Amino acid sequence: MKDSIIKVLRLIGLGFLEPLVRLCVGEQPQKNAVLFVKKAIFPLVSILTFLVIWGMGAQSLYDKDANARIEKARSEQGEAAAVEMQKCIESGDVSCQPNTLPSPAKVWAAYKTLLADHWTISEKKEEFAKKTAKINAKRAEKGEAPIKYTGRPSFVDQIQTSLKTVFAGFLLAALIAIPVGIIIGLSTTLRTSINWFIQILKPVSPVVWLLLVFMIVKTLLSESDSDKSFMISFISVGLCAMWATLVNTSMGVATVDKDFVNVAKVLKLNVFQNIFKVVLPSSLPMIFTGLRITLSVAWMVLIAIELLAQSPGLGSFVWEEFQNGANDSNAKIIVAMFVIGMIGFGLDRIMATIQKFMSFNKADVA
Amino acid sequence: MAFLELRNVSKSYGTGKDKVEVLKNINLSVEEGEFLAIVGFTGSGKTTLINLINGLHFPDEGEVLLNGKPITGPGPDRGVVFQNYSLLPWLTVYSNVKLAIDEVMKSASKKEKDAQIRKYVEMVNLTHAIDKRPAELSGGMRQRVSVARALAMNPKMLLMDEPLSALDALTRGTLQEEIVKIWGEDKKTCLLITNDVDEGIIMADRIIPLTPGPNATLGPEFKVDFARPRVITEINQDPNYKKLRTKIVEYLIELGENRKAEQHAEYTLPDLKPVMPGWIKWGKKPSETDYERSKHI
Repeated sequence: MKDSIIKVLRLIGLGFLEPLVRLCVGEQPQKNAVLFVKKAIFPLVSILTFLVIWGMGAQSLYDKDANARIEKARSEQGEAAAVEMQKCIESGDVSCQPNTLPSPAKVWAAYKTLLADHWTISEKKEEFAKKTAKINAKRAEKGEAPIKYTGRPSFVDQIQTSLKTVFAGFLLAALIAIPVGIIIGLSTTLRTSINWFIQILKPVSPVVWLLLVFMIVKTLLSESDSDKSFMISFISVGLCAMWATLVNTSMGVATVDKDFVNVAKVLKLNVFQNIFKVVLPSSLPMIFTGLRITLSVAWMVLIAIELLAQSPGLGSFVWEEFQNGANDSNAKIIVAMFVIGMIGFGLDRIMATIQKFMSFNKADVA
Repeated sequence: MAFLELRNVSKSYGTGKDKVEVLKNINLSVEEGEFLAIVGFTGSGKTTLINLINGLHFPDEGEVLLNGKPITGPGPDRGVVFQNYSLLPWLTVYSNVKLAIDEVMKSASKKEKDAQIRKYVEMVNLTHAIDKRPAELSGGMRQRVSVARALAMNPKMLLMDEPLSALDALTRGTLQEEIVKIWGEDKKTCLLITNDVDEGIIMADRIIPLTPGPNATLGPEFKVDFARPRVITEINQDPNYKKLRTKIVEYLIELGENRKAEQHAEYTLPDLKPVMPGWIKWGKKPSETDYERSKHI
């Protein structure tokens, strides 16, 4: 029981809870208590410290902006206006609040607002679905497309859209990069002849990729009515992110252990057997390292691309909030920032776990 | 006509200043069904020699003939047991052997292949571990899988490149017996490369020393004509065995010393001490004369 819990914790990257589990079953209490403090309490303390520093920083920025507003009122409209401004700020009225870095409390409040907003929107959606159920059924019989809810998407919907886009982009990247990587990894001639292409395209900024994809997709899909902005953003994400996998795959394939190559030669394996029985398994660890980098790059690039392409998702959420300039917009942006960070972290953990399954220890074998 | 023939074979690596002549003027002929051991120092080019025969490398000069025809590459007629096992770590014992079976029995049914795979795994006494991966096996077991894989191609000739050098003395002894037994059953031609004179004497019909490289070449052959099956404990008592062993070891030591004398300040050979036969290995305590002799090494 204990061992299996620890195993699972380690697997999903929560290894720091291991001493706590051991402590619960009363194993080496002193040693594990120390370990628990080191591994779990210290990080917690650092999180609290971070929140305190953030809160203090936000407060001083708030004061600075408030003072600036009062001084401005004083110099432009005289003493009476300054007093009024100060009162207005203290009363918490929306019209005159300083617009600066929000405090942790405000961000938490904004998070709750966003969640509440999500529930109201999902209720609306359900109502809409009930209302249109009959009509949609009729339309389906006639072979027409159903009527869709076209209201404002909630924050959670945006997250889902972003995840969908990033996975589509990731799949595209993997589907292009792995086969191409294997082919150029197997042939030195091909590798040297294509290398310049990879080296030049690899550092190109996501923005340029987006524009390039935009040019092509716009023309290709000018007549179809499919979701162009989704297509554009996921293709750009895929193209930006695939390089790590491409380079890693070709490296992995090109550097298969010489012993394995000799075995393949001596056993006279044919090309396919060689690829699937020897080359691929032995380069899987490298390929998965590449895929892990690809996924994190994809997630990072996605936000920028959504922001630019005006396709729905977290990126456009951030941009809309920034343009919106409402009282809690800044706080919502910070919420989005943390959500983006945490999802990125989660994706990386998932990939790391898969990677652990895929790697083998050559030292165990030779 | 000899089964395998090497005529004036030379092989070097690198070019220009860095060129190292590994093998020079190697002449060798191996008869069908013979068990030949080549004994040499570490780094004398033993692996290069075996790679020339298995077709992974080609000679710069001279030719390597198999049944009178030059070798053009690896083939199923020569099974290879590599020094470091070279099993594929992601495949089970069964699948590792299956790779070889798939190659030689392309058109056979699944059932026939399965039977063959099990037969060869059984031959090396690994049936209990057939579904394990190499990481779960001990060194000796891994080498057995490697032997099974080589045998599974049903080669005419078995090439073994220091197959037992990484194993402990006990496992070594058992595996030596097993390999000789398998060889005795269907009389494949065997070429064993080793750095252990005892191993050669226990297993082979003929021992040929390889002089230390660079420019390694083959020394005079030593016939080993003890009756088979050779039992280690019995052979150990045989005065002829001691004589032969001493002769080969002395030849090797002399070679090593000549080599040292030839070397100048450029580089020194590692100070090799050939394993003194009859020591720790077979559980015999070293005698006074053994100690005396070891001082000369």
